[in-house]
Formats: sequence, structure tokens, C-alpha cells
Amino acid sequence: MKKQILTLILSVLPTFAYAAGGGVHLDSAPIDTSDMESVKRGAKHFIDYCFSCHEAGYMRYNRIARDTGMTDAELREELIFTTNEKGEPTKVGSLMKVAMTEDYARNVFGTAVPDLTLTARARGADWVYTYLRTFYMDPYRPTGNNNLVFPDVGMPNVLSSLQGVQRAVYKTETRQGVEVETVDRLELAQAGSMTAEEFDVFVTDLTNFMVYLAEPVQNERKSLGIKVLIFLVIFFVLAYMLKKEYWKDVH
Amino acid sequence: MSTDVVDKDKRRFLTAATSVVGAVGAGFVAVPFIASWMPSERAKNAGAPVEADISKLEEGRMMIVEWQSKPVWIVRRSRQMLDSLPKLNDNLRDPASENADQQPEYAQNETRSRKPEILVLVGICTHLGCSPSYRPEIAPADLGDDWMGGFFCPCHSSKFDMAGRVYTGVPAPTNLPVPPHYYLTENTILVGEDGGAA
Amino acid sequence: MGKLIGWIDDRFPLMKMWNEHLAEYYAPKNFNFWYFFGSLALMVLVIQIISGIFLTMHYKPDAELAFASVEYIMRDVPYGWLIRYIHSTGATAFFIVVYLHMLRGLMYGSYKKPRELIWLFGMFIYLALMAEAFMGYLLPWGQMSYWGAQVIISLFGAIPVIGDDLTLWIRGDFVISDATLNRFFALHVIALPLVLIFLVVAHILALHEVGSNNPDGVEIKKNKDENGIPLDGIPFHPYYTVKDIVGVVVFLFFFATVMFFFPDGGGYFLEHANFIASDPLKTPEHIAPVWYFTPFYAILRAVPDKLMGVGAMGAAIVLLFFMPWIDRCKVKSIRYRSNIYKINLAVFVVSFVVLGWLAMQPVTSTITMLSQVFSLLYFGFFVVLFITSKNEDTKPVPDRVTE
Repeated sequence: MKKQILTLILSVLPTFAYAAGGGVHLDSAPIDTSDMESVKRGAKHFIDYCFSCHEAGYMRYNRIARDTGMTDAELREELIFTTNEKGEPTKVGSLMKVAMTEDYARNVFGTAVPDLTLTARARGADWVYTYLRTFYMDPYRPTGNNNLVFPDVGMPNVLSSLQGVQRAVYKTETRQGVEVETVDRLELAQAGSMTAEEFDVFVTDLTNFMVYLAEPVQNERKSLGIKVLIFLVIFFVLAYMLKKEYWKDVH
Repeated sequence: MSTDVVDKDKRRFLTAATSVVGAVGAGFVAVPFIASWMPSERAKNAGAPVEADISKLEEGRMMIVEWQSKPVWIVRRSRQMLDSLPKLNDNLRDPASENADQQPEYAQNETRSRKPEILVLVGICTHLGCSPSYRPEIAPADLGDDWMGGFFCPCHSSKFDMAGRVYTGVPAPTNLPVPPHYYLTENTILVGEDGGAA
Repeated sequence: MGKLIGWIDDRFPLMKMWNEHLAEYYAPKNFNFWYFFGSLALMVLVIQIISGIFLTMHYKPDAELAFASVEYIMRDVPYGWLIRYIHSTGATAFFIVVYLHMLRGLMYGSYKKPRELIWLFGMFIYLALMAEAFMGYLLPWGQMSYWGAQVIISLFGAIPVIGDDLTLWIRGDFVISDATLNRFFALHVIALPLVLIFLVVAHILALHEVGSNNPDGVEIKKNKDENGIPLDGIPFHPYYTVKDIVGVVVFLFFFATVMFFFPDGGGYFLEHANFIASDPLKTPEHIAPVWYFTPFYAILRAVPDKLMGVGAMGAAIVLLFFMPWIDRCKVKSIRYRSNIYKINLAVFVVSFVVLGWLAMQPVTSTITMLSQVFSLLYFGFFVVLFITSKNEDTKPVPDRVTE
């Protein structure tokens, strides 16, 4: 009885999917958050392609090193390329801040550049994975590109040298008597340096890193959780026997 | 209620076993709460080693750098200050710096420093944690005729000499600590690390 | 040991209190599953107070710093993530436990004479808990914190004449701002916990004065042995302490499962948009209150008039206070009550749950229509109960509790 009710409560809760803005289909991100090699590759991609504009301002560099098994020296070598205001190399324990000011960003991109620390938690891994793969040419945008899951996005497609440039194939539908043109699918207009498969792996690693970045403790959390549950099962057996023993008086 | 004989031993055993396991569980639960008072990653980062450039430090002068949110004094001592050190030995509690907790091995010497003239100290009084003032002058009116320059704590009048050694008859129990440090170059000190060669 | 207790007893009623509330408090021996939730609620309160105290040691109630300080807790403070998840999961657990505890009261008529005050104290606890949860939800200072508070505080603006000034006074600014955050923090960590503790003590004292109800709705004090001990009663300690420990362990198993494996509860315990720092210029696309407020929010949305909507929402809560007088049936337990009551209560529970679900859906005409239907069913419960309970077709109530 008690189990049934609580299982019912628990089972309905975590199964809802994220609400995708505009009802666009999201591809499922084939990530594995326990694969720290992938996270490490993703961290490099993040530093190379995202970090010149976006900060991860709640995260410290050496946390990545600790969780992916890098030494401080490797960390300085591979991930830290910034300096502080005095021109000294950024400390390994520093937050991952970017020097770009908000005013500059508003001038160049028309909007403040969001911090990416928690994006994967706010939008979901599938959103990030799909977003990064669905840029397409749009001559009406100042950046020359648009995006399927984030229409009229201000960000240029920084991955186009890898992915190539995609072109939208439109279809026309009649909605409420009005002809509406929508994007049917994207096709490659100009090849990049990677094949489609290679690019998907690249974005998977990057997404995996961003999921890790949003909650670095998640692997530790799960492994601690197993131990706690095992303890509670043992405690339950004892407590239940104790209760049975005392309640012999009553029944 | 039934009148069956109660198995007292079993009951006692189960009560004890449940209590013990419950207490162990409570102990585990306490761990994260107690641990949360330890320095956070932010505090650790702020406490990371700091570099100090002493090229502009003049003789007899002191500069202060912040390490682990504590003042670290760096003094370039004059010849006269260094000469005064051995003369004070009789008035000091631990003239030979025998208390190994108060300095790294490489500063356990007459001048309590890596380079004789450069003194590096954590500027926190070993009595109750005030920060003493730097009083390099000889025999000022308020400190008496036998003052040879040093550090004076305004809180409870503890006195230290120009090597941070504590005088006798003052409340501070030990010498001022020398933090781990080493020379990156001729004129740069890294405070907070021993540079491997302890 | 005995000497020490004797020394204390000469100066403080230690054993007297122990006996009155545990060792010689006689509880009916037929408590079932539903009777776990009272002690569980007390435990969750303790969990929330302890984890909350530790969170205040690292949190900054400042609009510039609040959001970052929560991430600081999640990343930089040793085990800060664990303490925060305990607190956020605890908030959800509190409401689950309290809702089941209240449903128990409805099923077995625990609000009826002589227990009206217990019920009223309990309802005030529920109110204080809602305020506590609402103010606590502002503190992470994310988008949902900000806009949720914006919407809820604006409800007070529906009050005629003083509404606008009232909202201004609550916020201390023209929009939700640092001033609001700072005062909500004070209320959340000091004022409301004190009120809650006071009310919980009153709730338990009132309970121990009249004695516990039970699934049969029989007053066990009517049948006592020669020593004045109820024949169907057993001492709370050790029998219900050992039983409640089992309940606590089972509860903690589910609690830990959520906390360690689904801490955001799929976006229902920690809403996704709350991982974006608050932005007064941009409302999130899809805004819904945290799950435990949703049934009332659905009633609010169902009424196409601001003042009436707020009134209906308030009435949905206030009516519960009057249960001891709305229900005029002498029989307490659902076991011996009419089928009308059973169906009525079932419809009430279903409409509460369905309303909760409806409030989380984007507004469409169907959703609004359904919200209106289920709101009527919700209020219908009280109307039907008031009319039918006076001369209800009940079954004979046994003299003693059944097994």
C-alpha cells in the first residue's frame, strides 16, 4: 500500500520532457556524463570555440582538472589561456570569467552574451545538442545565419568551419487559410573540415561537457546516493525486526 | 495485550543494534554539515600562493602582501638591524627558533630567513590574533631604552624583535610565524609555497 | 543515571513531560499507514530547519550576489550541494507529507469534536508553510523565483482600494528588488520558522490533551480499565516510536532516491528556468508555480476576473478551516459513513490533483474549461458535504476499535 502510493508519486514526476520553445523537435543527445574523457575533450572544444565570448563564471578551472584527472600543469597547458588585469596568467583556482564587457557585447551581438555555466540545466542537453547542429544560412540576419531551435539568435555560427554551412529547405503549408513557409529540413550547402559523423561526435563531447559544467557534482552525487540507499535498506531490516518484536505485545 | 513471555534478550539486542546503526547513520549525516565549515574553493583560491616583487623595497622598509587573507610582511633589514639580533638573545623566549611550528626548516636560523636581509613573516600576533605594528626606530619614548626595533602589538603589548622573535615577559607565547616561501627570481618571492626545497 | 534524573526532576518536569507525551501517552492501537505522516511532518520540519541554518551560513540575501551565492554553495562549499538538495527536496517532501496528513484527517474525521482546535492549528501550520515555501522560493533569485514572486505579490493588487499600495508595501519597491529579497530572507529564516514551531507545539499539545483519533473514529477514552488506561490504547513509547522509526526509514529511502537521483524532480522541484539568473526585463516562456501551489493557481486561472479569481483561490483554502462545522455528521471515520461521502471525498481528491496538473499546462480554451469544471467540483465537495452530512445514512460504529 505505502510503496504503491509513493512509487506512483515518484513515477509521474521525473518523466516529463523539457518544454521546447516553439515546439521544435529536439534530437536526443547521445551523451554519457560518466565518460570523463568525453567531458575533457568537450572542455577543450568549449575553451576553443565558446569561451572567447561566453563565460562559465560560476565554475573554477581546477574543478575540471580535478574531475577529469588532469594535473595543474596540464590544466595551464590545455585550458587556461587568459590573464588577469595585471597580465599575469589566470590562477588555476579562478572562476572561468571572460574579459568582454556587457556593453561591448550589446554593441556587437545586440544582446548580452549569456553565461553558459548552467545553460544545460536550464535548457536541457537535447536543446544544446540540437541548437549547435541546426544553424543555417539566412541572408536577412546580421550574422548571416539563423537557427532552428533558437529563431533569430544573435550568435554567429562559430562551428561552421567544422560543420560546413547548411541551407534551409522550405515547405509551404496552409494554416487557417494563410500560406505559411516553414523550414522542412536542413541540407549541407558547403562542406566543413569534418564529416557529419565527426561533427556529431564533436558536438556530443561539447554537450557532455556543458551538462557536466551545469552540475559538476552529478557523478559523485549518484555514487553517494547508492551508498545511502544501501545503508537505509540495512537500517530498515533492523528497525522492522525491532518493531515486530515490540508489537508482539499488542497483537 | 498478550501474556506470552517476552524474549527480553532479543528485544534488548534489537534495540541496541538499531540504536547503534541509527547513531552511525546520524554520524554520517553530520559529516557534510561539519565539512561545510571548512574553507570553500573560493577561500582556497584566495589562499593560493601570491607573488611579491621586492625590487622597490628599500632598506629598513616593510611591504605587506595578502596571503590567505592574512597580512604577510616583507622587510629588507639593514646591516645594523641584523647586527642587533644576537645581542637580544637573553631577552627572548625562543632565540634559536626551536619551535619548529613557527617557521619552515630553511628559516630556522639566526635571521629566520632564506636571505639574511629579507624577512618574511605572517603579521598576526601569536597571542590573540591582532596585527602588530612595525616599529623599526631605536629606543622610542613609548617603548623604552632597550628597544632595538621590531614589532609591537597594540592589543596586549607583546613585543617581537627584527626577526619576529618574541620577548620574554609578554603575553604572546611564540615567535611570529614565517610562511612557506621561496624566490622565483632575485627580486620575486612566492609566498605560500616552499618551491619543493623545504 | 537515576540520581541525575531525580536531581533534574526536582527542578524541571522532565519525566512528567516524557510520560505525558511518550511513555504514558496512550494512542489507539489500530493506527494504519496514514498515521505515519504526522511524525514524518515533524521530522521534515527538523530537516528543513537544520539544512536551512547551514544554508544561511553561505547564502547572500543581496540581489547582486544571491544567484551566484547559490551556485557557490552548489560548487565551492564542501558538501554545499548536498545541503542545498536536502533543503530543496525537503520543501517538496514537506508538502507531500502534509497533504497526505490532511487527507488522513478528512478520511477519518480527525477535525471533529473534540479535535477542532487541532485541525485549526494544523490549518494555520499549512498557511505558514505556504508562506514559508513561497518566500524561500524567491531566495535563489532565478527567473522563476523572480517572476513567480512577481505574479503572487500582484495577486494582492486585486484587493479593492488598498491593493496597489499593499503590493508596493510588500515589495518595498516598484518591482521585486533587493528590498523584497532582503525582507523575504528575514521572514523565511527567522519569523516564519518561529511561527511554525509555535504552531506545531500547539498542534501537538492540543492533540495530547484530547487524545488521538483512529481509523475507526472511536473514542478510546470511553473504555478504560481499572487503572484508567484506555483498553484500546498502547503507550506511544515504545510501540509507536519503534513503528515510526520504520516509517521514517522508508520515507528517507524515497527522500534519498529523489535527492540523489532526481534532485530537480524533472523540473518540478527545481524549475529549469530557475537556473537562469533573474532578469526583470524578460519573463520566461512558460511560467508555472512550484507543484505544491498548482491546484490553487488553477482555480485562480479558471476565473476570468482578477478580484473574483483571487477570492476563489482564497476561498479554496479558507473553506478547509471550517471543515469541523461544514461536516455535520456525527460519525467520524469514512469506514462507517455513507457512499455519498466516500464518492464526494474521492471527487474532491481527484479534482485537487487534476487542478494541480491543469495549472502546469499552457493556457488553451480546453484547459480553462477543464479548470472551471474541476474548480466547481472542488467547491462542490463542501456544498454537498454541508447538505448531506446532517442526516447522513451511516453504518453503526463499533464500541471498540477493530483490528
